[in-house]
Amino acid sequence: MKRLLISIVLLFSLSQAQDSVLFIVPAEISGGGATVGNNWADGVKLAAEHINAAGGILGAQVVTEVLDTQTDPPTSKAVIAKGLEKNPFAVIGPVYSGSTIVNMVEAERAKTPQWVGSEAASITQQGNQFIFRTSSGQNGSIPKVTKFMKDEGINSVVIIYVNNEFGQGGRAAAVENFGNLGIDVKLELSTEQQQADFTPEVLQAIMVGADAIFAYVNEEESARLLIALQQQGVTIPVFGEAVLLSQVVLDLAGDAANGVAGHVNLTAEAPVPAVQEFRAAFEAKYGYTPDHNAMKGYIAMFVAKEMAERVGSFDKLAVAEQLHCSLITTEDEPGVLMDIAYDENGDIDRDTFLISIQDGKQVVTGVLPRLKNTCADQ
Amino acid sequence: MQLQFFVQLLVSGIATGAIYALMAVGFALLWQTSGTINFAQGEFIMVSSFIILWLMGLLHIGLVPAFFLAMFISMFIFGFLFKRILVDPLLKYGDVPLIIATIGLGMIIRELTRIFWGANALPFPSLVKNKILIFGGLRVGTADLVTIAVAIVIIAALQLFLNKTFVGRSMEATAQNQDVARILGINVDRMILYTFLINAFLVTSAALLVTPKLLAKFSSGETFGLIAFMAAIIGGFNQVRGALIGGFLIGIIDNLAKFYLARVHLPFTDITLNLSPYALAIPLLLLIGVILFKPEGIFGRKEERSI
Repeated sequence: MKRLLISIVLLFSLSQAQDSVLFIVPAEISGGGATVGNNWADGVKLAAEHINAAGGILGAQVVTEVLDTQTDPPTSKAVIAKGLEKNPFAVIGPVYSGSTIVNMVEAERAKTPQWVGSEAASITQQGNQFIFRTSSGQNGSIPKVTKFMKDEGINSVVIIYVNNEFGQGGRAAAVENFGNLGIDVKLELSTEQQQADFTPEVLQAIMVGADAIFAYVNEEESARLLIALQQQGVTIPVFGEAVLLSQVVLDLAGDAANGVAGHVNLTAEAPVPAVQEFRAAFEAKYGYTPDHNAMKGYIAMFVAKEMAERVGSFDKLAVAEQLHCSLITTEDEPGVLMDIAYDENGDIDRDTFLISIQDGKQVVTGVLPRLKNTCADQ
Repeated sequence: MQLQFFVQLLVSGIATGAIYALMAVGFALLWQTSGTINFAQGEFIMVSSFIILWLMGLLHIGLVPAFFLAMFISMFIFGFLFKRILVDPLLKYGDVPLIIATIGLGMIIRELTRIFWGANALPFPSLVKNKILIFGGLRVGTADLVTIAVAIVIIAALQLFLNKTFVGRSMEATAQNQDVARILGINVDRMILYTFLINAFLVTSAALLVTPKLLAKFSSGETFGLIAFMAAIIGGFNQVRGALIGGFLIGIIDNLAKFYLARVHLPFTDITLNLSPYALAIPLLLLIGVILFKPEGIFGRKEERSI
């Protein structure tokens, strides 16, 4: 009788496990990174809704549990460790590189795949077989923007970066690539998060007389920097990456953002039908325009779905192994929005975009096709 | 060129410092009259800016009317209610419970703001449309000039009120010695309440001036509170004048440090060092220096106690 009862309980548990699949979503819901974290979490939740509406993954309904990292690396490590006790299928997040660097060891220890929005180069260079990006890291995207600057005739530059993991990684990658291209880095200026006044950096940039400014700071600070540049009448071109060109910065900086140019991995302005459909669904649900982080969160969920379906189960180890050197096309899974290839480290290769800001709006000036240089293409 | 840049840095430092000064003065006022160190001061400023934005959207009114309405709301919530509900019951247990309570209050305000208004930073209108004025190569935004002027007018009016009116002098007397003030027939409780109301007015004014630059965001209160606290300590916690100068000092020193540390030329060599990552340490070094060598603050009043 006792054995029968245990068998019934076990069977009931197994059937429950097949009914739903848990994703934990560590994100910067509060603290200084809340703008990006909430975009990311909203993108993930929208993806879960779409997946569930289409029948779930392998018949199981997706359950997401958002965990607030408070934009604090130690807290992110703690919430992921606690979340992993529930044996989720995957960890989807966080975005801030400073957090990912310290928390990715938890998912690795639990042999659970982790998709992150972080871009610091070092994340995928540590041999962690369970970490996966959702957009190019700095080592993939910075070479594109520096090449673009060289093509625009820039020969000298001032780098203004934020003094955190994200900014330091971007600065290092930029210095290396500018060096390779023969662009003279005249000055590197460190700034702080929540910095109020950028006049000192702007005056330094004027004084050294470079051809351009390469800005690599967080969202709100990017807006303040652009306003300070406008106030000081700086006319030299300003280049940057996804953050500088993001919708948040455009909303905050107003006409001070006009003329800024650069390269982005993802943009809601991308001339791609699937991206426009995603954007419309996101705006209808949340009432604001998604930024690249929302798109990354959305894509992460569909990559996880596709891999579970390829493996045929929620075997986490098999999914992580399978994803390395894999190509996922939009024919395989439309939710990935654009074809995406993973290399052996968890870095990705995907079409990217050249952007310039005109009349306060992102205008796509060019599409850089996928490099097709990963092991997935060989 | 160098002199022009120096003056430019000074002007923008003064504009930022004027806002810090407003924040710090409220801090010092509360301490003087009621012994309250309000670690939720930054959150009071932050949420005041959201109240202004909310009123503008709700009532379809301009920035100035919304500011005055927000000021009354702030005076009621962060002046009257704050004193009655949190400060009065806790003050008798000493400084530490009140400090912890205001830290907790700050966290509650922060998270409630995030829940009600979201996590994204919101743009905030400036009192005047920013136009760039050029004076002999010096570029100053009209928004910065208005910020400096408004801050100076508010602080001058406050000084006049405290020094030249009966109520103001009664408040000063309360700040200096509550027992003697009572003997002189001053209604000490009422004077303390007035201080809280004035602080609420100051935080709303600071919100009006700082938010166009720093944007309305739920997490910005932490930065405001920290700077106000530093400014008050550096200038002198027990003197309004000290807190005021502390605010200006931080704004100016911060700017000068960032500019001049970016390229430090080592004498007798060709070596130029970029010390900009360490610029943030300069105001902190000043803070440590003040605590070590002049704990009452640069312009503070020495307080002696005998047993």
